[in-house]
Amino acid sequence: MNLFKRYLGRKAALPAPFGAEWTAAEEGSGNTGSRKMFLRRFRKHKLAVAGVAVLGALIVCAILAPIIAPYSPTAMTDEFGAAPSWKHLLGTDPVGRDQLSRLIYGARVSLSVGIGSMLIASVIGTVLGLVSGYFGRWVDNVIMRVTDMFMSFPYIMLILVVASIVGPGLTNIILILGFLGWPAVARLVRGSVLAVKQTDYVKASVALGYRTPRILFRHVLPNTVAPILIFATSGVAGAILDEAALSFLGLGVQPPDASWGNMLASAQTLTVLTSQPWLWVPPGVLMIAGVLSINFIGDALRDALDPRNNK
Amino acid sequence: MRNSELKDAVGSASVRSAGEAAPLLELDALQKHYPVRRGLLNRPQSSVRAVDGVSLAVRQGEALGLVGESGCGKSTIGRAIVGLEKPTGGRILFEGEDMAGYSEAKLRNARTKLQMVFQDPYSSLNPRMTVGSLLAEPLRVHGIVPKPDAAREVDRLLDIVGLPRNSQDRYPHEFSGGQRQRIGIARALALKPKLIVCDEPVSALDVSIQAQVLNLLKDLQQEFDLTYLFIAHGLGAVRYISDRIAVMYLGKLVEVGPAKELFLRPKHPYTKALLDAYPVPNPQLRNRERIMLQGDAPSPADPPRGCRFHTRCPLATPQCRESEPELKGDGGHAAACFFPL
Repeated sequence: MNLFKRYLGRKAALPAPFGAEWTAAEEGSGNTGSRKMFLRRFRKHKLAVAGVAVLGALIVCAILAPIIAPYSPTAMTDEFGAAPSWKHLLGTDPVGRDQLSRLIYGARVSLSVGIGSMLIASVIGTVLGLVSGYFGRWVDNVIMRVTDMFMSFPYIMLILVVASIVGPGLTNIILILGFLGWPAVARLVRGSVLAVKQTDYVKASVALGYRTPRILFRHVLPNTVAPILIFATSGVAGAILDEAALSFLGLGVQPPDASWGNMLASAQTLTVLTSQPWLWVPPGVLMIAGVLSINFIGDALRDALDPRNNK
Repeated sequence: MRNSELKDAVGSASVRSAGEAAPLLELDALQKHYPVRRGLLNRPQSSVRAVDGVSLAVRQGEALGLVGESGCGKSTIGRAIVGLEKPTGGRILFEGEDMAGYSEAKLRNARTKLQMVFQDPYSSLNPRMTVGSLLAEPLRVHGIVPKPDAAREVDRLLDIVGLPRNSQDRYPHEFSGGQRQRIGIARALALKPKLIVCDEPVSALDVSIQAQVLNLLKDLQQEFDLTYLFIAHGLGAVRYISDRIAVMYLGKLVEVGPAKELFLRPKHPYTKALLDAYPVPNPQLRNRERIMLQGDAPSPADPPRGCRFHTRCPLATPQCRESEPELKGDGGHAAACFFPL
């Protein structure tokens, strides 16, 4: 094949412009390059970096709960409603359970609800959004009208009704929030798919004779991942708040199991609010810290994953 | 011979004499109308006739240039051939067979023989895949080479289009426009196609890179016995690469002929106008007689009656306003004009 030689030979003797093309593209070399760029952009958000630290600490606490918690979260001691002391760093609740231990175990609940329900919502929403956007026509119409239906219900009411039917509990909360959270994801994904569908590389994959599932999952999906990831991150924060609200209302995680939400429920009386702040300040602060961290991370992801941002 | 050439140029399947080799690709009165939906009920009110009855034959091994203004339907034809658009009328015959009746699986298989090089090299490559996986994917999906040989085949493809082998691990955004277009060409070649539709493959590139890519396409044609349908609006590129040229205006063919012949002696006033619009480097030729077009092409949603070009044609007569001329001519050079130049 003398054609090879011609082109290979030609390349070696190519004048400056051709070589210049390479240097221009030098900056990000392969996967490591784009990863480096992502990290650099992410690190610009100081708050998000702090958020990663806080969230990391929370996750470690949640995983290692049995090791670092000084007491069992459900074991009752002989001190009822005691103020913080060396024996109970954050005091005890009215039935004598150690607040610090309950707080640590509560992180498990909050994080698993947040991450678990958002995973379910993202998977359902992504698949439906992909199908809806890619196939269009009546498929799109049906899926989007169902989505509208889900979105038009008063959200918290719907959750309350479903929770009262299937019963409270950690698993049920995750499932309920997951199965009710997908419509927003589906809409988001559909929007991105409509844009990606028009690109030449999707048309090329049709012309190359690929099957539809391959086109959807190998060519369309990877190019819609960034908005999904950003949305899912803030969705985790939302789900944590939803769980807290449900537990506060008594339909979430049931006592004696600890969750930040049902710990806050004790702050419903004036005496607790005024004279026993150790019962409600720590769970409240942790929840704010957790949700804020996740939202900051989401913001940083949005900036770092946006390909138009080339700083 | 003259006669058969004429018929090929006109491309009508029914009148081809027996024993003559069938063209590789044949368009038979191809139509693509897009409905225009308006009003409350969203019912189609009228249609945009992007392609309105085009018959054209592409012979094995030739490069047929398809030119025309933007919006004349040339890209729609290209997309219909590779199956990205469903024609609303007419037939597309590849190797004498109509692909419209194919089953899903057979169609996917047939598509390997018809590939496309896209206009915009910045959007035709999946930004999330490395060049290596972009090129290996078609090989794997269609089982072109045994699995262990895939990497070597990708190297070979990169060699063919003149890119370094270490491009495999890089992402498309690391390449320049010309290099990306080479990747796009390599991807089209991966399936060992017989016909490649080049949809303005160089118009998005710098002029200095255009020639390199055109040279590559020309070399590849000889090396692999490829047939091209080369779509473009710039006459320079088309002239360089095409054996024959077809000129389109408002969804119809106005002239078909051998490239040299068409450039030297255009028959249709529109073709002449296109050629005259091209700047001539020789200042002594500046005072030649030229046809200059005024205004824009009419909307394909509401094409003029009679000859579609009559609204802008300096030579139009009452006859042109009334009836539509057929594509006719001799020696393989045909024009759709009552008064060919």
